[in-house]
Amino acid sequence: MNQTAPPPPIEHQRTVLRDGLRLDSGQLIRPLHVAWRSYGTLNADRSNAILICHALTGDQYVAERHPSTGKPGWWANLVGPGLPVDTDRFFVICANVLGGCMGSSGPREEMTDADGNGLGRPWGTDFPSITIRDMVRAQKMLVDHLGIDRLLAVIGGSMGGMQVLEWAATFPQSVFAAAPIACATHHSAQNIAFHEVGRAAIQADPDWMGGRYWETGRIPERGLSVARMVAHITYLSEAALTRKFGRELQGGSALTFLEDVFQVQSYLRHQGSTFVRRFDANSYLTITRAMDYFDLATEHGGLAKAFGGTPTRFLVASFSSDWLFPTSESRALVRALNAAAARVSFIEITTDKGHDAFLLDEPDFHRALGGFVAGAARDLGL
Amino acid sequence: MRPPAPVQYVAKNMRLDLRIIAEMIPERARVLDIGCGDGTLMAHLVTEKAVDARGMEIDMKEATEAVANGLAVIHGDADTDLAFYPDDAFDYVVLSRTLQAVERPREVLSQMLRIGRHAIVSFPNFGHWEVRLKLLLGGRMPDTETWSRPWYETPNIHPCTILDFVALAEMDGHVIERWLAVDERGLKAPWRRSVRLANMFGQQALFLLRRK
Repeated sequence: MNQTAPPPPIEHQRTVLRDGLRLDSGQLIRPLHVAWRSYGTLNADRSNAILICHALTGDQYVAERHPSTGKPGWWANLVGPGLPVDTDRFFVICANVLGGCMGSSGPREEMTDADGNGLGRPWGTDFPSITIRDMVRAQKMLVDHLGIDRLLAVIGGSMGGMQVLEWAATFPQSVFAAAPIACATHHSAQNIAFHEVGRAAIQADPDWMGGRYWETGRIPERGLSVARMVAHITYLSEAALTRKFGRELQGGSALTFLEDVFQVQSYLRHQGSTFVRRFDANSYLTITRAMDYFDLATEHGGLAKAFGGTPTRFLVASFSSDWLFPTSESRALVRALNAAAARVSFIEITTDKGHDAFLLDEPDFHRALGGFVAGAARDLGL
Repeated sequence: MRPPAPVQYVAKNMRLDLRIIAEMIPERARVLDIGCGDGTLMAHLVTEKAVDARGMEIDMKEATEAVANGLAVIHGDADTDLAFYPDDAFDYVVLSRTLQAVERPREVLSQMLRIGRHAIVSFPNFGHWEVRLKLLLGGRMPDTETWSRPWYETPNIHPCTILDFVALAEMDGHVIERWLAVDERGLKAPWRRSVRLANMFGQQALFLLRRK
């Protein structure tokens, strides 16, 4: 098997926060690096800022060509001039999550000691355990640094949605409108189980080297690729896989009893092999664990406490064929918000595209989100 | 916080019962509209009365439309989802032309008056003379302007008459503050004094209730 070299280093725009961040685990990351991108213009009273939170393997390049893959921004169909999240009107920020591998503090960045001195090696698996709340605190430090007291909206899907919920629960005064999409208030046992398969695959790859693969100049690409393949199945639905591939064969029209005969196989392998070129294995371990730890109710002493008296308005949206974060979990969230007398909108989008639907062209979802954001802007007099 | 700016939404041709309901609701009230459809009444209340309006709609298409119009609407079912709101969350809870279509109308009414100080309920009156006459003479389920869906596909599983509703309100201790009967054309019926006459000639009924 050909060895893939580690992804080439890219210069990311980032802010260095000298004082660092104290984590839920008690550890200090100093300095804290937050890599971020913005689109549109911040208005004079800094009231038109929208924060987008990205998912597990997303990054800050939400609405522009990605510097390493060359692909369009992951939410380029939703964020841009004249789009539902209109960058002609709003100042849109997206930051690489803490623990990520696109320039924010994470396993791939240089390890620092308690005084913030660089140690000349990456953190690797010595990067501390982090939580979704730590990610949100890092984003809050960036938002404070930009002089923004209150975000017009915080929007995100999947793990991004978890961050949205954490924002609303931890910094309610700083969030006017929150749109947690295709997510839940906690990671379920089944979700944790799938993540564990991915982590086990990475750790079983000899090239992982106990997490110290930077010493060899190689990456655990087989393990990381398997992790991506398993995860990718959870992002789709049975119906979508059948619609796209069915039992179609590659090339020939009859079964040859050779390997790799089905189209769905090559599709998955492709997903795995492109992923390893852009993502860091230790980052994957760190972030999947943060998702697994997420349980808003436990963190805040119950959902009633997490949302009690919240001034934030919510749009909750789920997708009918999403079995990773099923509608039932969004509905439970809506009920908790209703119990807190929060101003909440909720819709389920009918689609066969599974969890991935939140990233795809779903006109009803885009219209609803656009209306929600426009309504929030209107009520703030923007 | 300053009051919300007007919604860019014109409530044209709003159904008569909705217009009457809107008249009953004071400015800046907290309102839950159950079965809000695309949010016509809510948009009207927000624009005209600066009301804090929330909605619930069982039809996903309509709920999506309302959300896209910037309204706070959840997809939900009156039979199951009212239980999750806290006591006294609203000043007015509105249920227009939906009572006859819910699974447990009695429970829904009680929930409305738990979470709201007032309940406004409108429903088509099954006691209308035409309904009575058609069943009496034809021996078939009545097919009228109001009750136009055949029995095998109607969503209206719990039709009631005005008298039935008055009896239920009494039984469950709900106070009727106001009531009126209207016809389909939108004229307020002149049988204000007699519930029995209204029950005979009113096509639609509208009640404003409160707790005892």
